Amino acid sequence: MRQFHSASLSAIGAGWAGPRLTPVSVNDSETPRSYRSDVADLFAEYPFGRAWDEMFVSAGVTRTSYEPVIAAVQTLDAEDLTARAEGLARAFLDRGVTFDVGGVERPFPLDVIPRIIEAAEWEVVSAGVAQRVRALEAFLADVYGARQVVADGVVPQRVLITSKYFERQAAGIDPANGVRIHVAGIDLIRDEHGRFRVLEDNVRVPSGVSYVMENRRATMQALPELFSSVRARQVSDYPGRLLRALRKAAPRGVADPTVALLTPGAYNAAYFEHALLARTMGVELVEGRDLVCRNNRVMMRTTDGEQRVDVIYRRIDDSFMDPVVFRPDSALGCAGVLTAARAGNVTIANAIGNGVADDKLLYTYVPDLVRYFLNEEPILPNVDTYRLEEPDHLAEVIDRLDELVLKPVDGSGGKGIVIGPQAERAELEELRQKVLADPRGWIAQQVVHLSTVPTVIGDKILPRHVDLRPFAINDGDDVWVLPGGLTRVALPEGSLVVNSSQGGGSKDTLVLDLPRSPFAAGSDEGTSEVVRQQLVAPMQMRQPDPGPQFGQADQQ
Amino acid sequence: MLSRIAESLFWIGRYIERADDTARILDIYLQQILEDASVERAACQSLFEVMGRELDGAEEDDDGPAATIGVQHVLDQLVYDQSSPSSITGALFAARINARSARDSVSSELWEALNLTYLELDEQRRRAERMGPHRFFQWVRERTALAAGVADSTMSRDESWRFLVLGRSIERADMTARLITTLSAPGASGPSWTTLLRSCGAYEAYLRTYRGRVTDLTAAEFLLLDRLFPRSMFFSLSLAEDCLNWLGSGAGRVGTVDAAHRLLGRARTAMEYRGVDEMVSDLANHLEGIQSACADATLALGTRYFPHAAIAWTGKGA
Repeated sequence: MRQFHSASLSAIGAGWAGPRLTPVSVNDSETPRSYRSDVADLFAEYPFGRAWDEMFVSAGVTRTSYEPVIAAVQTLDAEDLTARAEGLARAFLDRGVTFDVGGVERPFPLDVIPRIIEAAEWEVVSAGVAQRVRALEAFLADVYGARQVVADGVVPQRVLITSKYFERQAAGIDPANGVRIHVAGIDLIRDEHGRFRVLEDNVRVPSGVSYVMENRRATMQALPELFSSVRARQVSDYPGRLLRALRKAAPRGVADPTVALLTPGAYNAAYFEHALLARTMGVELVEGRDLVCRNNRVMMRTTDGEQRVDVIYRRIDDSFMDPVVFRPDSALGCAGVLTAARAGNVTIANAIGNGVADDKLLYTYVPDLVRYFLNEEPILPNVDTYRLEEPDHLAEVIDRLDELVLKPVDGSGGKGIVIGPQAERAELEELRQKVLADPRGWIAQQVVHLSTVPTVIGDKILPRHVDLRPFAINDGDDVWVLPGGLTRVALPEGSLVVNSSQGGGSKDTLVLDLPRSPFAAGSDEGTSEVVRQQLVAPMQMRQPDPGPQFGQADQQ
Repeated sequence: MLSRIAESLFWIGRYIERADDTARILDIYLQQILEDASVERAACQSLFEVMGRELDGAEEDDDGPAATIGVQHVLDQLVYDQSSPSSITGALFAARINARSARDSVSSELWEALNLTYLELDEQRRRAERMGPHRFFQWVRERTALAAGVADSTMSRDESWRFLVLGRSIERADMTARLITTLSAPGASGPSWTTLLRSCGAYEAYLRTYRGRVTDLTAAEFLLLDRLFPRSMFFSLSLAEDCLNWLGSGAGRVGTVDAAHRLLGRARTAMEYRGVDEMVSDLANHLEGIQSACADATLALGTRYFPHAAIAWTGKGA
């Protein structure tokens, strides 16, 4: 089952010579504008490495966008800081904000220092993510339809049909509003020059968005000083957006669709997220055993008998969805659901077969897909990647296994990734055999030093590497990107692995808001405007009723 | 609502009530033992009987299987045993697991109340080992009261609420029956009716109602038949019936259709139309009748409302 920890690159090795990438120009808005010599002692011993640091240009030189963070943290001493960090962990445990590892619920470590993304930077990231989702959406429609992309020689046929997640079963299921990628999580990193690059796409069942919402809530409580001085874009309207997209994806002719969220159950690693989304969308959280197919319709068992379901937002993998078609031993899905989908009686979101679009070999073709389908230049570049099924690439990579990162094309959760500079000789030899035996199963990438953000470690503040997973929702008319996304942090020193299963934590990610009129501020929807205007009228509120003879009793 | 969720809510109601009532019952017993150590063995044995539990781990000797039973067994098996839903810890644990699997239907505040209780269990246990179990029981009563109160103020009065209250009422009727059974406990100073009333917080209400005339008969009447006191058996059964009425969309033309409703209604009327002296003269049988009505009603509910869900919720994972 695909879980929340997606493969995220990383490595830095001791004797490694450095990236072979050509330097990319530094974003102008990132140049330092101020020098602070009075930065709190907490930052006094802050070391600098080769990676791009998002807060500091060099010792004592802060990037403008982080000044409010420094100001907020400066008011604290080391003791306060640890107290607040512990408070955060405790709050998550109490609220059950946890993920399951081997049956044990653990809180997802949240760092008290948030990450800041400037408005202008975010415009680029958000446009780039949306562009990518549109291209992948067009690609999926084509793959499970006309296959023009193959006929025109953009992607070789063999890349598609050898993909583990290419599902013949998905052909002929036409989504009602044309959307297959209702939710996408596009993993980004910032390279040594501060430039955002795409590390991988997740268009099957991307998870982690609940932590974005919970992190914001917790960070606002832990560091209120900061939120009084910056205006960050809201993250709380995600469930509303998602519900709207899901309702719009309902089968044709259903005016008031019933949406249900399908979870594998309370012992799933991401169960907390499933419950949070169901609760905040106001939809039923169902398990496979709550569903049953009758007459090609999906029904859920309720205390009032069976009730029809129109849209299933599923958080289980393709192969578990329908024991009739996929794994017969799966008890997580519902027998017959695929036939019902093909008959147009139920929408499965995200669609079956999306995995072909986030295959890591296909990833290398995505910039071409953007040009081909959208006739645009990609806004966000990929990380340089070798296609090992091409002989010359393979030859080069095999000689340089100790310098590169090798990833299995269908891996997730950081599983199977080999980081050349950190690997043992025997490990590399084993890898060489595996790669030679199955070049299609691997890709190779340059080691990228993920950017760093100051993070509370014990009673110190030290740089730690981060990535970013923005979440996009496609409602058929528009691709909306949740401002910010999930910043994951590799907590061990020098580690570039951000997966929560491997010692990763997270940070709240603030996208600074563009200045706007005070009334519209903070609300993307503006729905409360009508009410607000009603309340602006002069109102004389009564005092709370003090109760009988309160004053007299007091005097006696 | 989903059958599976309805079942979880029903059991959350039951487990919270169970933890509360078990704490109350054990508190009486352990107090008894504290006052007169010579009754320890007999009291513990009767406690296990009242709670319907088999003895585990008591060594056999010439005096029979329960010769070595003592307070430690009670604490191990009825208080701290995480794997059994009839111990206090196990019930709190099971309530939390059910709340977690119905996380979208249970209000966040109720979930947090149950989750926090669970997280504090170890610490409370350590504290109880130093300062005696009474503190632990008190803490359990406070936490379950909190959970009940938070549920009351944060849940809509829809089906989910009715299932929760239904579970709570059935459990309360069942546990009140057990509580009254403790009267049969041995020892020179076995619990009196007064002790029983105190343990369920009913003593003052009782005194006010009967204007201070404390007799066994009026006390029994109060705990069994009072229409207004929320822990009386009559009140609990009536409340359970109200919930079933609400859920089953009212009465049809002929009799009562719902099996669970019939069972509970019969148990209630058997008390209601009998005088207290008649009840007391054959108390054991009456109490047993109510207990089996509660058990049968639970089965009938399962058949009607939770047909497919034959899943054990307790004891797995954390």
